[in-house]
Amino acid sequence: MTTTASRPTARNTRPRMTAGTMLRSSMFWLMLAALFVTFFGPILWMGSTSLKTYGEATSIPPTILPSTFDTSAYDTLLSLDGQYPVLRWVLNSLVAAAGHMLLVLVVASMAAYALARLQFRGRGLIFTLIVSTLFVPGFVFIMPNYLIIDQLGWLNTVWALIVPGAAGAFGVFFLRQFFVAIPSELEEAAALDGANHWQVFTRVVLPNAKPALATLAVLSFLGNWNDYIWPVYVLFSPERLTLPAGLKLLQGAYVTDYPVIMAGAFVASVPVLILFIFTQRYIIEGVARSGLKG
Amino acid sequence: MVQQSTAPARPRPAAKQPVPRAGRRVRRHAWWTPYAFLAPFLAIFGTFVAFPAVLGVWMSLHDWDYLLPNKPFVGLDNYLDLFSSATSAFSRFWDGMIATGTFVLASVPLLIVLPLFMALLLNRRFPGRTFMRGVIFMPYVLGVAVVGVLFRFILDPNIGILNFLIERSGLIHVFGLFGVDAPIPWITAQPWAWISLVGLTVWWTLGFNTIIYIAGLQDIPSDLYDAAKVDGASRRQQFRHVTLPGLRPVMVFVVTLTVLASANMFGQSDLVTSGGPGDSTRTVLMVILDEGLGAYRMGTAAAMGYLLSVVLGIVSIINFLALRDSDRPRRRRRTSTATEGTG
Repeated sequence: MTTTASRPTARNTRPRMTAGTMLRSSMFWLMLAALFVTFFGPILWMGSTSLKTYGEATSIPPTILPSTFDTSAYDTLLSLDGQYPVLRWVLNSLVAAAGHMLLVLVVASMAAYALARLQFRGRGLIFTLIVSTLFVPGFVFIMPNYLIIDQLGWLNTVWALIVPGAAGAFGVFFLRQFFVAIPSELEEAAALDGANHWQVFTRVVLPNAKPALATLAVLSFLGNWNDYIWPVYVLFSPERLTLPAGLKLLQGAYVTDYPVIMAGAFVASVPVLILFIFTQRYIIEGVARSGLKG
Repeated sequence: MVQQSTAPARPRPAAKQPVPRAGRRVRRHAWWTPYAFLAPFLAIFGTFVAFPAVLGVWMSLHDWDYLLPNKPFVGLDNYLDLFSSATSAFSRFWDGMIATGTFVLASVPLLIVLPLFMALLLNRRFPGRTFMRGVIFMPYVLGVAVVGVLFRFILDPNIGILNFLIERSGLIHVFGLFGVDAPIPWITAQPWAWISLVGLTVWWTLGFNTIIYIAGLQDIPSDLYDAAKVDGASRRQQFRHVTLPGLRPVMVFVVTLTVLASANMFGQSDLVTSGGPGDSTRTVLMVILDEGLGAYRMGTAAAMGYLLSVVLGIVSIINFLALRDSDRPRRRRRTSTATEGTG
């Protein structure tokens, strides 16, 4: 996005290490270490607890790392087939998040292309209408959408997780801003070569918008994977749940059997943590951009 | 960001008509082409956003019970009930509003100020800076369900690590001065339950606001700092007179977004405190969804939802008016992308 950070109060000359600067520098690193422990510690704690026996997880004083790596919590999770089919939840979450992501990419990019590049009556009106829904809080739609999903026969199905969320205005808005910034010379050249709009869209605009598409893809996937309220209300049978809804069920059943609950939470976290590690740049870029557009 | 190149890309033979603004090409497509591109999105948008918005208003004007065949028209009664203390909906709704309001007032200041300092810290140049930004942001990619059950464990009064650390480090003696004995009831008594919910929300979402602030900091021209230094401004003065004014547009956005996010609080209470102790952390969103999708009184619930969104709209407008750049007309943000949209 912008050029590299210009540190506001950069020291231009590097002073010799005096006692004062050394103290300040070690304070700085201590602070970073504290932040690291605060923000990463709980995640580690979740993984560590999931590998403990029940006895060890509830012992005082607690152990930081499991004394022996014990997989019984995971064994419990996997043997719970009927009531708590965790592997099904993983699969459901994956299908829902991937399906949602693909749908968003297709419909949002097409709409954004029309709004960015084509001229037609009502364009301003449609764009305003779409963007204005960014300001309506999502809970307003939950109940009416529950009825609509019910009418469509989608209650307790994966469609309820894939489709309604794709109506979000963010993707269209986000991609349109990006498409507008692509120099139109490329498209004109393609058009002169006889390409129609569909070809211009798929062969010129989309390839040039890969970073924006990647950002939107990751954000859509994450948002759907982590969604909590909607799945809790529209899914009821245990084998249809996603991981967040399943975690609620698991917590209700295994109140203080923390290794099992932490194992479930860890299963729900690992995919997104891996995704985050590999796509950090896109995620952070997307978040930063959303702020600058505000 | 948007390049509005006015220079013609290639010489046009005898251009008679004035070139349309912003280099827009003349229409070279069938009249229906744009609508074909828009159709898939608009179909979903119409079904799950536009229609529900209208349906919701319709529901709120009826005694809409999901389980009953008759849904008689009741006019504004569902709304009026929320203002008449004789009804049962009244106390449920306003208790929820109080809980949500408490959470907003307690969490928003922390989520505005702490990320600002975090952003200043992580905007300094040091080895591992990108890594630390990632670490701070990482909790945000976990969903509220994971964060909820994780903190339910960390905050467990008897075997949770937090109480252990507080007792072992001797911090409990500080609490003791205020008459608080171990174990601290993080989940089962107030004000601890609110402290817990606010604390874990800060842990979870602080990175999000930090990233937005960092982007805002990078947008402040560095010559402003150079000029301030030439004028002999101290670091504190630079922060006060360059950084803060420069961040103002971002700040408006962060405040608005954070207020809305906190007002939508649901999962933390649902998973960590189950709305307790008593109903003290039962937020208005929990009340609305219980009313509509638990008790199936959807008319009342829809009215509650709209009343809440009107309140949130008013709060957002107040925020905007209070924080906007009224006294400094000179620093308008570049709005080239915004004006593009109307073309």
